[in-house]
Amino acid sequence: MIASFRHVVGENPVTGFAFALFSLLVLAALVGPSQAPFDPLASDTMASLRPPNGLHWFGTDQLGRDIFSRCLVAARLDLGIAAASVALVFLVGGFAGLAAGFYGGWIDMAVGRVADTVMAFPLFVLAMGIVAALGNTVPNIVLATAIINFPLYVRVARAETVVRREAGFVDAARISGHRDMSVLLRQVMPNILPLMAVQMSLTMGYAILNAAGLSFIGLGVRPPMPEWGIMVAEGAGFIVSGEWWVALFPGAVLMVAVFCFNLLGDGLRDVLDPRRRT
Amino acid sequence: MTIPLLDVAELSRRFPAGRRSWLSRAPGPQVHAVSDVTITLGRGEALGLVGESGCGKSTLARLLSRLLDPSEGSIRFDGRELSFVPARHFAADPARRRIQLVFQDAGESINPRFTAWDAIADPLRTLLGLRGEDLAASVAEAAALCGLPEALLGRFPHQLSGGQRARVGIARAVGPRPDLMILDEPTAALDVSVQVTILKLLAELRARLGMSYVFVSHDLNVVRLLCDRVAVMYLGRIVETGPAEAVFRDPRHPYTRALIAAAPALDGIRRPVPLLPAEPRSPVDLSPSLCAFHGRCPDGVERCLQERPVLRRMEEGWEAACHFAGSKHGALPQTLPG
Repeated sequence: MIASFRHVVGENPVTGFAFALFSLLVLAALVGPSQAPFDPLASDTMASLRPPNGLHWFGTDQLGRDIFSRCLVAARLDLGIAAASVALVFLVGGFAGLAAGFYGGWIDMAVGRVADTVMAFPLFVLAMGIVAALGNTVPNIVLATAIINFPLYVRVARAETVVRREAGFVDAARISGHRDMSVLLRQVMPNILPLMAVQMSLTMGYAILNAAGLSFIGLGVRPPMPEWGIMVAEGAGFIVSGEWWVALFPGAVLMVAVFCFNLLGDGLRDVLDPRRRT
Repeated sequence: MTIPLLDVAELSRRFPAGRRSWLSRAPGPQVHAVSDVTITLGRGEALGLVGESGCGKSTLARLLSRLLDPSEGSIRFDGRELSFVPARHFAADPARRRIQLVFQDAGESINPRFTAWDAIADPLRTLLGLRGEDLAASVAEAAALCGLPEALLGRFPHQLSGGQRARVGIARAVGPRPDLMILDEPTAALDVSVQVTILKLLAELRARLGMSYVFVSHDLNVVRLLCDRVAVMYLGRIVETGPAEAVFRDPRHPYTRALIAAAPALDGIRRPVPLLPAEPRSPVDLSPSLCAFHGRCPDGVERCLQERPVLRRMEEGWEAACHFAGSKHGALPQTLPG
């Protein structure tokens, strides 16, 4: 695994860059809240709307809060919401797709209809509706984000399973005495995991964007909690009056995070594919 | 009389072809992949199953290895009826260990995430419950039997050559020490030079371990060398079965004759080959009252369109399904009874 990682990174430096960026984001999420130079909630009206300088790297907002500290502290919340929703949809959607593809019949019909129903809505509007109906708490944002990604996971898992259900090694596993469940979990699933991992990395980016988007329109995390979406929303009003940094820096951090997970998807596929191990 | 190891009677498998209407209760069109196959196989015996592609030999192999449920008929294995055990539950059946299958494409039949060692160990773990050192010893033994050097066992299938992959596939099947080995064209995907070594290995393993073989192949020369008996299939039915040497020397069914004539001769001399005209009939909803070979058969007459020939005994253990079989090369058509 480590050897193949080195090999892949050596072959494709962009993957190495994505992994470095990913480590940085994870580090920010882990130690950010304890290492932030300023209290992200402490306002200082004397120092409001200062442009970026040596003390406040990303400047300060209308209440004089340090934007860099707020961006850093927000990493844990934003990445946490995205990771939780991706983990949830991976488990539920992944297994639903696996079962649908492997058993076919009525399971396939039922799972397919549920996925189609979700797909029938504009996804962000659906997420808005779910959060609006259930109340804007963090668990509900996680749930809404997971639900809108459900069809994607079902389809990938189902399609990959259908291909492998007919594969020679599945018959070979039956000949070797594996029952249905065992064939599914030990033979089919490990073979579609790399694709699911790529899928997870890609949807991770969308999940961050989705959570931030919900907060941006006021349906997600509530102020004054530092969150990238809210910060962009709060800063948006100041762009016309020339205070561009209030919205730009949280937006840039958001973009870098989404970008990182998209790049990571490609690299992950290469690392996890046994055919790349030479 | 001792019980044969495998006793298959009137085995059929049909597949639905196309959709059937929601409203009508009538069955839709069906592909008759395997029809009325009756074969017996003694302990240590090797039966060759030959026929052109699409004749149902692979379906029969899957039926016999219990990956597929028959539509009707019986499969008795060592005196026990197996056709009642659904294929889905057969993995847990005690007979699973005793019937193993070697696949046509060894590369595709090995999980790409398994090393050669994992692939060979897998059935030993699930079927024999071996763990730890016992497992390692059995894997090493199976690999050694199949001529796989230990250094190769850590490799993934894509890192092995075709011949090595075939050996892994055979080692995996041999590991649980089956009584019946079904070989579904095990050498079809290999180079000719490698084919020879694999066939030698298979012959050696049978002699050494006393297994019975059902050897599916379209290579007649291979069947002739490796098998005691041969069954020739055409459109899902066995049209001739008998001792391999005798059938090849004096085939009684016109289809067998055409097959043998089309096979490259071992002496390397090319002979003019009487090609069969046209394509086989469609296996969908075959009429039960005509000879399926009619239309391609050089001897076909009116009677072949009215009455399907059944397998008739030629000599001891030798049967052919042709109205004219037995009368030398169809010279004199028999008269219709009555």
